[in-house]
Amino acid sequence: MDVIVEEILVKGKGGREKGNPPGREGRAEGAGWTSPFSLLSSLFSKKDFARGIHPASYKGGLDQPIRRMPFPRKLVLPLAQHIGKPATPLVAVGQEVLRGQPIASANGPLSVPIHAPADGVVEAIALQPSARGAWTESIVLRVFEASVQEMGWSQPLDIDALDHAQLIAAIQASGLVGLGGAAFPSHAKFDVPAQHSVHTLIVNGCECEPYLTCDYKLMREWPQDLIAGTRIAMRASGAQRAVIGVEDNKLDALEAIRPHLPADGSITLQAVATKYPQGAEKMLIKSLLGLDVPAGGLPVQLGIVVNNVGTLALLGRLLPQGQGLIERVVTLAGPGIKRPGDYWIPLGTTLRSILDWAGNPECGEREVILGGPMMGQAASSLDIPVTKGTSGILVFDKRMLEPITQHSWACIHCSECVNACPMGLNPSQLGMLAGKLEFDEMAQQYHLGDCFECGCCTYVCPSHIPLVQQFRAAKAFLRERKPL
Amino acid sequence: MSIELRPSPHLHSGRDVPTIMRHVVYALFPVCAFSIWQYGLSALALIVTVTLSCLAAERIANRMSGTVNTLSDWSATITGVLLALTLPPAFPLWMGAVAGFAAIWLGKSLFGGLGHNPFNPALVGRAFVQAAFPTAITTWAPAFAPQRFSEFIPSSLTLPFMVPNDISAWVAANMVDGFTGATPLARWKFEHFVYPVEDMITGAASASSGETSALLLLVCGLYLIARKFMDWRIPVAVVGSAMIMAWGFQLYDAETYPPMHLALLSGGLMLGALFMATDMATSPVTPMGVWVYGALIGVLTILIRYFGGLTEGVMYAILVGNAAAPLIDKYLQPKVFGARKK
Ligand code: SF4
Ligand code: SF4
Repeated sequence: MDVIVEEILVKGKGGREKGNPPGREGRAEGAGWTSPFSLLSSLFSKKDFARGIHPASYKGGLDQPIRRMPFPRKLVLPLAQHIGKPATPLVAVGQEVLRGQPIASANGPLSVPIHAPADGVVEAIALQPSARGAWTESIVLRVFEASVQEMGWSQPLDIDALDHAQLIAAIQASGLVGLGGAAFPSHAKFDVPAQHSVHTLIVNGCECEPYLTCDYKLMREWPQDLIAGTRIAMRASGAQRAVIGVEDNKLDALEAIRPHLPADGSITLQAVATKYPQGAEKMLIKSLLGLDVPAGGLPVQLGIVVNNVGTLALLGRLLPQGQGLIERVVTLAGPGIKRPGDYWIPLGTTLRSILDWAGNPECGEREVILGGPMMGQAASSLDIPVTKGTSGILVFDKRMLEPITQHSWACIHCSECVNACPMGLNPSQLGMLAGKLEFDEMAQQYHLGDCFECGCCTYVCPSHIPLVQQFRAAKAFLRERKPL
Repeated sequence: MSIELRPSPHLHSGRDVPTIMRHVVYALFPVCAFSIWQYGLSALALIVTVTLSCLAAERIANRMSGTVNTLSDWSATITGVLLALTLPPAFPLWMGAVAGFAAIWLGKSLFGGLGHNPFNPALVGRAFVQAAFPTAITTWAPAFAPQRFSEFIPSSLTLPFMVPNDISAWVAANMVDGFTGATPLARWKFEHFVYPVEDMITGAASASSGETSALLLLVCGLYLIARKFMDWRIPVAVVGSAMIMAWGFQLYDAETYPPMHLALLSGGLMLGALFMATDMATSPVTPMGVWVYGALIGVLTILIRYFGGLTEGVMYAILVGNAAAPLIDKYLQPKVFGARKK
């Protein structure tokens, strides 16, 4: 363990000296003729991981600021918007609530509270459809027509005065979870188990999913909050330094952050290669620090905690005010969206009310995706609300779905999937075994458990074999069988 | 409005099997054109006949097995064109048709079609006719015969199931300087004659329809590599290992073993390395496996040529490589990310 830490710190030092994005400080010194060399060396030292894919980015409207849309009439707030135990309601039907007021409390250490995203009255506490399934216990709010989009509820905190336990409790009370999509409670991530010690916080600014731009906009518009949140996260996790990793197609986001970096050099910026899935924890750690998280292991074993920029920007914004998470930035995009862009959307807003305002009614048969197109889930109903983990809402029309609905061929051993899999698996072989239902062999011989379902294999397969879909099914089968 | 429910990923690269196969066919066009320019009507008729027989065989196989029509995936077309290019230009057309049917039925349909075939179908077809018609497959015709665009090489038009017409009178009448009716490799083996490099690069040596111009094959292969329709590692491994082997033998005994350019530029090594060893369905998928497979083919080619009875060893080397591919894949799995070092 110590060896690894040392290694990281040594590498980190090197990274700070010459790790600036290509074309910046690294090239400032020296006469004209040296630049080709530094250009070359910056090419070779490219921060990258092996394999992966380069899908078209489809990211549009990059100059537009984050906007707001009309307040919905009704909000549906599932009690389980995070990984862990559902929250416990604090309100009764018929009770009036204020925007920002806690309406459900955390139920145990791996749980977070829920706050009212608008002034309104509790209409029901009932089973409602959500992205998790048809029936999820939810609080339904009827929003007052005059509700303003300003925070009504606030208990400013002096963060520097809090001790570690109080800080973790304050983060839990903010209801914050990983906003990149995983929705893992943030305080639990910062509360590092005693047997590990964290030295580096990685701030994940790699929005590698096509279409999504919400993190990019947050970095550009809220760099101060991002840095404030990063410092809080460093304190909470015990990290001595933080590295903000951003893909090299968003260098302007890096430049927006740079002026706000603290003078002590504890937070550094690093551009990494633009490709999918650069935003996956293990890939980003590989790119930034050159370290392999052991198969089946967690970053914290190497003394690393990874957090998404969106999460930290909101942490920096909410915690000093003692406010809770009531809205998030969501990217609306795809051919079925008439008003694409990034919006602050109150949690609990249903897809139907968003699409009524932003959708394109002409788009016939369509698919509504929550999150990015590579790993996002298709919504089964328009009554599903936006929750803490919803980073995007994409509406695809029939044309977009065509390549996937075509018929498939047998595996032609083209090896594209093997050359794409960031985990170094052999999807071709796995797919063949899945076809024969040999799930045990998949897990024991071919590392099925290491597949994190990024979808690169399915994306590249010219035979249109639903590889990752089969792997998911195989994993589910093995999971369900295990207790027996 | 209806909404669709589909598991992720919701995007696809847009590539599919027919696109890949179609581009391989495109890349083979110039090779065919060159062959026709060299050998005239006979080459044209041979390419057309073999390709059509492959397509017919594929269609019949579809009918019999009740599967969908697979002509549209272009793989039978590739098999046909490639097979034609490995046959001697004077090959009787009816034997070409036999080769086409053998390639598709024995090489592919029998195993369940594209992707399930362990061996490159074109090579299966060629191996079949090599065994069935050993004389015809080693009867070479001179390139650039003066009458090539107005008359067939007599053997082309042999009636089905008949012994090929004798072409010696025709060869004598169409005599081109230096033609001996033997391939460069055979001439080395039997007469120690060293073909000039230029002839072998530009296609003036006698050989199968498609193997003569190493340069043209390389350009067409580069097109596929540039468009990412071909795995560059395989031809590099095949040619590289063959080169090292040939160089080693040369160093050891320059009298007995042919010069390197003969080894590399003749006997279909280029055609095999670029267009047959790279056949996706029958080559390994793992990164290490691809190199091992290519090297195996290169080494075997030279060994078969120098120590076996056959002057042209590429075909058998690739068939052995195909047979070994599943094993190679099995033992050379890619390294899993974060795997603990043992
Ligand atoms: S989904 Fe799994 S098998 Fe496929 S590329 Fe991603 S990690 Fe590899
Ligand atoms: S990408 Fe598809 S066709 Fe190619 S090797 Fe993988 S599974 Fe087979």
